[in-house]
Amino acid sequence: MSIDWNAYPSEGFYDELVAGNGHRAIAGLLADLEALGPEELVARQEAADVSIKEMGITFTVYSEEGGAIDRTWPFDIIPRIIAQSEWERVDAGLRQRVQALNLFIDDLYHDQKVIKDGVFPAEVLAKSVNFRPQCVGVDPPLGIWAHICGSDLVRDADGTLYVLEDNLRVPSGVSYMLENRLVTKRVLPELFEHYAPLPVDDYPSELFDTLAALSPRPADYPAVVVLTPGIYNSAYFEHSYLAQQMGCELVEGRDLFVDKDDCVYMRTVDGLARVDVVYRRIDDLFLDPEAFLPDSALGVPGLMRAWKAGNVALANAPGAGVADDKVVYAFVPELIRYYLDADPIIPNVPTYRCMEPDALAYTLENMERLVVKPANESGGYGMLVGPASTKAEREHFAELIKKDPRNYISQPALKLSTVPTIIGKKLEPRHVDLRPFILSADRQQVTMGGLTRVAMRKGSLVVNSSQGGGSKDTWIVPEPPQAEE
Amino acid sequence: MLSRVAENIYWMARYVERAENTARIVTVNANLLLDLPKGIAPGWRPLVDITGANALFEEHYKDYSERNVVRFFIADERNTGSIASALIAARENCRTIRDFVPREVWELLNEIYLFAREDLPKGMTKGGRHAYLKRVIQGAQNINGLLSGTMLHDQGYDFLHLGRFLERADMTTRIIDVRSANLLPEETTELRPFETIQWVSVLKSMTAYQAYRRSEQIRVLRGPVLRFLFQNGSFPRSVVHCIEALRASLSKLPRNESALRVAGRLKRNLEGTEPRRLNQQQLHAFIDDLQVGIGELHEELARTWFPPPPETQTQSQTQD
Repeated sequence: MSIDWNAYPSEGFYDELVAGNGHRAIAGLLADLEALGPEELVARQEAADVSIKEMGITFTVYSEEGGAIDRTWPFDIIPRIIAQSEWERVDAGLRQRVQALNLFIDDLYHDQKVIKDGVFPAEVLAKSVNFRPQCVGVDPPLGIWAHICGSDLVRDADGTLYVLEDNLRVPSGVSYMLENRLVTKRVLPELFEHYAPLPVDDYPSELFDTLAALSPRPADYPAVVVLTPGIYNSAYFEHSYLAQQMGCELVEGRDLFVDKDDCVYMRTVDGLARVDVVYRRIDDLFLDPEAFLPDSALGVPGLMRAWKAGNVALANAPGAGVADDKVVYAFVPELIRYYLDADPIIPNVPTYRCMEPDALAYTLENMERLVVKPANESGGYGMLVGPASTKAEREHFAELIKKDPRNYISQPALKLSTVPTIIGKKLEPRHVDLRPFILSADRQQVTMGGLTRVAMRKGSLVVNSSQGGGSKDTWIVPEPPQAEE
Repeated sequence: MLSRVAENIYWMARYVERAENTARIVTVNANLLLDLPKGIAPGWRPLVDITGANALFEEHYKDYSERNVVRFFIADERNTGSIASALIAARENCRTIRDFVPREVWELLNEIYLFAREDLPKGMTKGGRHAYLKRVIQGAQNINGLLSGTMLHDQGYDFLHLGRFLERADMTTRIIDVRSANLLPEETTELRPFETIQWVSVLKSMTAYQAYRRSEQIRVLRGPVLRFLFQNGSFPRSVVHCIEALRASLSKLPRNESALRVAGRLKRNLEGTEPRRLNQQQLHAFIDDLQVGIGELHEELARTWFPPPPETQTQSQTQD
């Protein structure tokens, strides 16, 4: 019995593995998967599930009751493949993008030339929820604000890759990228050897080097810590994983202490020990009750004071989230031209900024064909997916947009590409996106691929793990691809 | 190392040790009961007495039947001494410091936890109980082995030892206390043959039987058994061995003066007594003293190295 690829319904979509729509797939892989046979594939999938459970790879879903604190990470063994030549272009595009964004953030907290030169509207900044006045005039090490950025990429029906959004606050998911690779090595070793996907394992050491480069005491061996809100945070698995892989202390707010000398210390068995770099996985507003929310017990009183004095580096820098705004996203191509005097290598998804009258009119007239997004939501919340919406929902959104046009953008509903995924006992196409991670300090580094997220429900475009999405290993495969069968 | 992490690893070790000890006493009790004549068999209540959890037990159960006591010790999450609670707490502590312990340890602990939960229905049957408990004991032993073979032998390892040996010393004294006191009516000549069985069961609670035979070279008698379990430094579950191990770990830590003082007091108390000369009542008082000392040592560790208890935050630590 073989896999019936003819019954594999992928029409109208670009599939990352199955040839069609004028692109050549990495043909050998399909044949190899077929050679394994459906029973064996299902058995391997089960082995992967057991592995993940035993390895304790988990994530938290806040909305669930009781045992949801560590749900097993959903993972599909069929990898998603990208040719190295394509990846080199993406890699360059991502570097360019994050470079421009860092220049932009630094500019916003200093002279705001970008506004004075008429490239970026003052109005957008005025209504930004993630702009932190506390950060104005601060000079973080190397002028970098977003040291770790996770940008989401999607591929449309014609095969074009777009940047869908940038996450510059505390992007997560990289630990799952690493763990997916580990599990795939365990369950598909023969395919793995044959296709030799480029390794991803060096991320933790790259991350450490990035963080260490920010140390205010470069002569010493820098004390780098990962700051977590604690085990009830949805990304706690990742926090502890990264600390472990980097050999750093994983600290909670209560482990840290800012002394009168404006330096940060951690409470250790030997007494207080100085901290140089904090990779913080706590949102800005919870970082320091002295500077932000006075009631928050998660953070460290005085941390901002120490940061401004240059005695500790924070990654990502507070205030970097100003560029997470989806309206800012819509300006990134202009920002690249303005700061780097270059054309964007990876395009944005065509985006209508509702603050502009023409775009507003177009959006209101075409809502059933568009996806409408508020400027500052994440995790797939608060959006209107036009084609799947009811009339009442569209009317509701029209009111919201008219009330606050600056807060909304709209984009054509994309036909996200698919990858074969094991559903029950057979392979079905499921929509995917991709989140590569970009590190920036004294130099830039992009992950080899990234985290591929899968919408596990048939036809669904929602890939967020907080909404039941799964994931796949992502292979960047050297060329030339296998000869066609 | 972070004070909080030190505390977590200490508790992780205590809970792993507790799960193992609990599995041991349930196993041995079951075996013992099969050997004793029905009329005088002490039943299952002494197990609850060992852990001093009688009030909690009586709050939730009508009688000290086998079914109830076994459930209380294996499955009942309201009992912090149960295998289920101990594994949950050990895993939770380990999860919090996942960055710190070797990942194989986390995986193994997770695996044992999952086994204990998923095979519970089998473990609760008479036929499946033995295999279930054996696997818990082996699991704990595997964790200890893996830790000693893979973890950095740094301060964290010292705190691991502190947790393990403090819990073990505590449990060893409890087992001797209850097992030596209430088992058989005293001075009943016709029950003589069963006295040996009683002391064999005490030894077996701690997998000490073979070690006792090799080391003491005499038959199983109250006096030598007590001496062996309290004072034989070569046996890894004896009280003196535990205290020596505690002292060794303490001596490597900074700011250790007062903790060492408490441990030294414990040691002198132990060495200055000849347990076999003590009658039942004196033995009980002696053990009481030791337990107070063990409690004081814990307090001293917490005062010296662990973080101050949080005032407003949610306590993620599971403790007694």
